[in-house]
Amino acid sequence: MATLFGSGIKRREDPRLLTGRGTYTDDVKLPGMLYAAFVRSPFAHARVRSVETKRAKKVAGVVAVYTGQDTKDRVNPVPCAWNVPNCDLRTPPHPLLAYEKVRYVGDAVAMVVAESRAAARDGVDLVDVDYEPLDAVVNPEKATGKEAPQLHADVPGNVAFTWKVSGGDPAKTFAEAAVKVELRLLQPRLQPTALEPRAAVATWNDAMGQLTLWVTSQNPHIHRFLCSVMLKVPEHKIRVVAPDVGGGFGSKIPGYADEALVCFAAMDLKRPVKWTEDRSENYKVTIHGRDHVEYVELCGTKDGTITGLRTRVYAGLGAYASTAAPGIPTILHGLMYSGPYTIPNIEGTVYGVYTTTTPVDAYRGAGRPEATYLIERLVEVYARKIKMDPVVVRRKNLIPKDKFPYTVATGITYDSGDYQGALDKALGMLDYKAFRAEQAKARKQGRYLGVGVTTYCEICGLGPSQVAGAVGFGGGLYDSAVVRVYPTGVVRVYIGGKPHGQGEETTFAQIVADEFGIPIENIEIVAGDTEATPQGWGTYGSRTTAVGGPAVKLAADRVKEKAKKLAAHLLEASEADLEWKDGKFVVRGSPDQAKTFGDLALMANVAWNMPPGVEPGLEASAFYDPSNFVFPFGTHICTVEVDVETGRVKILRYIAVDDCGPQINPMLVEGQVHGGVVQGLGEALQEIAVYDEDGQLLTGTMMDYAVPRASQMPKIETASTVTPSPVNPLGVKGIGETGTIASVPTVVNAVCDALAPLGITHIDKPLTPATVWAAIQQAKGGAR
Amino acid sequence: MTQTITLNVNGQALKAQAEPRTLLVHMLRDELNLTGTQVGCDTSQCGACTVLLDGRAVKSCSVLAVQAEGHKITTIEGLARDGTLHPVQQAFWEKHGLQCGFCTPGFVMTTVELLRDNPDPTEDEIRHALEGNVCRCTGYQNIVAAVRSAASALRGSRRPGAAVSGG
Amino acid sequence: MIPAAFEYTRARSLADALKAAGTRGTKVIAGGQSLVPLLRFRLAQPSVVVDIGHLPQLQGIKRAKQGTVIGAATTYRDLLDSKLLHNTHPIIAETTAGIGDRQVRNRGTIGGGLAHADPASDMPAVVLALDAVLTLQSRRGKRSVPARKFFKGPFATAMKKDELLTEILLPFLPQGAGTAYESFEQAASGYALVGVAAVVAVSGGAVTHAAVGITGLADTPFFAASAAKLIGRTPNKEILRAAAAAAVEGVSANEDIHASAEYRLHLARVAVRKALTTAAGRAG
Ligand SMILES: Cc1cc2nc3c(=O)[nH]c(=O)nc-3n(C[C@H](O)[C@H](O)[C@H](O)COP(=O)(O)OP(=O)(O)OC[C@H]3O[C@@H](n4cnc5c(N)ncnc54)[C@H](O)[C@@H]3O)c2cc1C
Ligand code: FES
Ligand code: FES
Repeated sequence: MATLFGSGIKRREDPRLLTGRGTYTDDVKLPGMLYAAFVRSPFAHARVRSVETKRAKKVAGVVAVYTGQDTKDRVNPVPCAWNVPNCDLRTPPHPLLAYEKVRYVGDAVAMVVAESRAAARDGVDLVDVDYEPLDAVVNPEKATGKEAPQLHADVPGNVAFTWKVSGGDPAKTFAEAAVKVELRLLQPRLQPTALEPRAAVATWNDAMGQLTLWVTSQNPHIHRFLCSVMLKVPEHKIRVVAPDVGGGFGSKIPGYADEALVCFAAMDLKRPVKWTEDRSENYKVTIHGRDHVEYVELCGTKDGTITGLRTRVYAGLGAYASTAAPGIPTILHGLMYSGPYTIPNIEGTVYGVYTTTTPVDAYRGAGRPEATYLIERLVEVYARKIKMDPVVVRRKNLIPKDKFPYTVATGITYDSGDYQGALDKALGMLDYKAFRAEQAKARKQGRYLGVGVTTYCEICGLGPSQVAGAVGFGGGLYDSAVVRVYPTGVVRVYIGGKPHGQGEETTFAQIVADEFGIPIENIEIVAGDTEATPQGWGTYGSRTTAVGGPAVKLAADRVKEKAKKLAAHLLEASEADLEWKDGKFVVRGSPDQAKTFGDLALMANVAWNMPPGVEPGLEASAFYDPSNFVFPFGTHICTVEVDVETGRVKILRYIAVDDCGPQINPMLVEGQVHGGVVQGLGEALQEIAVYDEDGQLLTGTMMDYAVPRASQMPKIETASTVTPSPVNPLGVKGIGETGTIASVPTVVNAVCDALAPLGITHIDKPLTPATVWAAIQQAKGGAR
Repeated sequence: MTQTITLNVNGQALKAQAEPRTLLVHMLRDELNLTGTQVGCDTSQCGACTVLLDGRAVKSCSVLAVQAEGHKITTIEGLARDGTLHPVQQAFWEKHGLQCGFCTPGFVMTTVELLRDNPDPTEDEIRHALEGNVCRCTGYQNIVAAVRSAASALRGSRRPGAAVSGG
Repeated sequence: MIPAAFEYTRARSLADALKAAGTRGTKVIAGGQSLVPLLRFRLAQPSVVVDIGHLPQLQGIKRAKQGTVIGAATTYRDLLDSKLLHNTHPIIAETTAGIGDRQVRNRGTIGGGLAHADPASDMPAVVLALDAVLTLQSRRGKRSVPARKFFKGPFATAMKKDELLTEILLPFLPQGAGTAYESFEQAASGYALVGVAAVVAVSGGAVTHAAVGITGLADTPFFAASAAKLIGRTPNKEILRAAAAAAVEGVSANEDIHASAEYRLHLARVAVRKALTTAAGRAG
């Protein structure tokens, strides 16, 4: 049988999704179900004087209205679950419903529960809240200033933490360096915009004291834990089901007040309750990403050897510390300051800062895009300063292929890589020299062409649990699988992750089909239901293939080991004499003496004739905890033309060469790259969340937040190199976030390269026509 | 104050109850249990709710259910026939034109209409025609490939889109 | 997002519709592409919604003596599909193709768009440049209002509360005229940051007619009267550039998170120049 590992087979999840028969959370409908809607603060910062619910309670169909006063003693606040150590972290409580103060536009103050969506919404209009508005502060750097309003009584200066990383001797290196470059970079807030807004349906079995929650989740086991904390219901009494999930990009990792309140209402009213977010609500209350103000410096020699990197970063956290928020700009960001380069001296200080805005948490790439951006921008500016080709500078500083595993100055160890190989491949696809010639010619004609290159590596496949513990992550980071073989030889695999578009219903089945030599149709992957699946930690941080995949493989190996024992017994041969061939255990030398996987499935399950001491059944579980993270890498190149009259950036070519080790399904890998790159192009060119000084979100609907559309995006040329990871038995690395990580600096580098003749070294993203035009005007000395 | 609405959905004549303020998409989802049509925004921007109304692609979040009275609606559930995927669905499958799948029904419905109007669209025409649909997962490239492939399949089968769509 | 409750009726006739239009608390709905989103956000809370979208009297595109007449409830889609309009006023299709998206064009109507008078909508620029005449009707009677006197402010028009827009007359273009629409879109909404419609007729190398309508730039779409100064001149680069500058001179431009006033003015100059250049190129 041909192996399926490596083959671009069609996805098994698609037929249901293509015919409208998937089940997303809002599709769940239960008898007697009520609908919840939230009253949300229109102010960024205000004292809540009173919440009057009388009028709302009179609305036809309204069943209950809850305020913060009603709930505060019956539930716990939303917990922060990543308590990064050694940084004096302060995480003030985020009440499910505000009762003293609201701290961002969208903070919930009351919940209306009614017989219909419409009645719930009608009720919201009639809850009267008396607010005393307070000053807002939206910029994380400004929020640390003396005049800034204080959000939380016990967080002076709004500084949630001060985290430091250092390696080598940065002070000395900078003092003695021949060349130094510095930049102030803005990495604006982004609104993740998973196309499916968040939703929750809860039902309470009063007799059993059991809660069932359907929720848009990337990690149902984590949601089970968080709900248990918020609701004070024991974890084993809670079942969380994440059915089909319409994209997450990090925004469906955290625990939110909303789903807990829906559960609370279901428990209180003893009826099922559903809540579904509107998009404009989503933009206000579902986490945002990024929000850095960065001061960064790089130093090196005149001939292009990078010797040091330093940063001071103000990372906006929003009003409260969301579930994983403290870990993003620290562990997943600061530890990656070396990028793919051998930078011996590194120092970084990251301030986590509260502002009167929507909480910020992991958004596709989570910390690594911010790190890659600052490194790649600095390298570009450095190369320009020493008048060297930026590709030459990169090549000179890349960690050589034969140096892996390689420990960088921040202390982490990269698993494997061939950075030069990816760079060469990408340059070849472009014909870099030819493009430079074309660019020179175009410049003479007054046209502005540019090329941007990013060589990157990133940290993913999160990660060893021991490290998770050491860095304060409130959970493990192993993953799990149960492989259960039925008497008729069909197989179910229960996994701890929760794919939501990545395709593991297919790729994991490919692994198992190969292992057992059975048709893929006979295998089903089950995910998302905590009642069925073993404890796992979810799908994010490009970890499901790299951590969950090996778990599946291990569990399948165990099943096969047992099957082999049984085969030996039944064939009256020794295990050593058996070989696995064409889906059968065969006695070496006597091809007639064989047992198929199906034979063994039946015999194990009926247990008529088990080997002595071997239990009946054919099933195994595995908890796989990796020994390290994995570090995918690659080179992205983009060429652009800038219309200096209007500031419009046109992407001419976009080339992505990525290395995620062996690819289980290349078609899906390519799909992840396309999606990731386009998300990064959105970040580079058009996406930005904007607050005004009063803390009003000005990009509160899709009319103002520019999610990329088909007509705005280029074609992407993809290729790969394959460098296996020694970390896991499949050799695989993650690919879900590389596109977003690499593409942002690639485009910004290209545009800055195009505009170099005008003396422009940096423009803050997003590079909208308006922004680029303004930069050009400024470069021309304001003349127009 | 619900009204009775008589309409034809996926070839079936039926009556449904809805308040005048009920959006067509909510009637389809909540009353008729046709949950394939999704809601991804509140400003009529995302296209996840696209259905065919008398054969034309419309955003069912910007149509009142009562406005559908007497009209023919085709939703994603009405495309596959006897368990055989519509060529557009088949092409999305083959070309990996979906990831999370939430946008997919909308893209498929828009594509069905597009290919009926323009059986052989160029890449630019496809990207322009899909302007009203947002996908956050795929980066659009495989969607475009799927539309091209569906176009060629439909031309090959010489079955006019109208006949297969039921719109 | 769910609208506040209202009642819904379908007008059985134009008279029915006119009666409804005059009633307090009533809103007419044509394609609903602007109204339904407003209802969803409860920014509009009418007690009655009267549907006029299907009325045959408000549909269709026909040739009349003075020009082409478009029923107010004609969809953008029907404008795009109209052979007649392609011949008489190709700028309509050129503009319409960029309005909203396929689905919006399938339902949105030209009359609904004009009546809604969003200062960033595209079609106002075109009717201004074409010197279209709008028929406004109420139970009190009918009147004709030139497009150039129709737009009064953001979301405000010359329509009285009880009036409906029933027809749009596009006068035939002057002999040998070329037209063009140039716009720069706001990346999220697709509406115009700036949109410019131009009509230019040229005879013997000199301009004989020039008209420019501009939308998106200011809080009201406007007719740039200065374009008429092109008449008698040769439409070369410098002259058109100067005309573009003149067209936006003194305009107080909108400013928002998508574009500064300065940038909008700059884009407007670029768009006017390009539209004039293209229109002049198509003239003759
Ligand atoms: C996603 C999206 C994108 C869009 N992009 C663009 C764009 O790029 N450019 C652009 O110009 N527009 C754009 N639009 C707006 C669109 O053009 C208008 O929504 C549409 O033209 C309005 O027509 P309608 O028939 O749908 O009006 P309706 O929504 O039915 O009505 C709009 C308003 O006009 C009133 N009205 C309707 N008909 C009449 C009449 N005959 N007489 C008097 N009053 C009337 C209604 O009472 C209501 O107040 C977009 C809309 C959407 C949803
Ligand atoms: S839900 Fe209808 S367009 Fe987004
Ligand atoms: S596949 Fe997820 S939004 Fe398109």
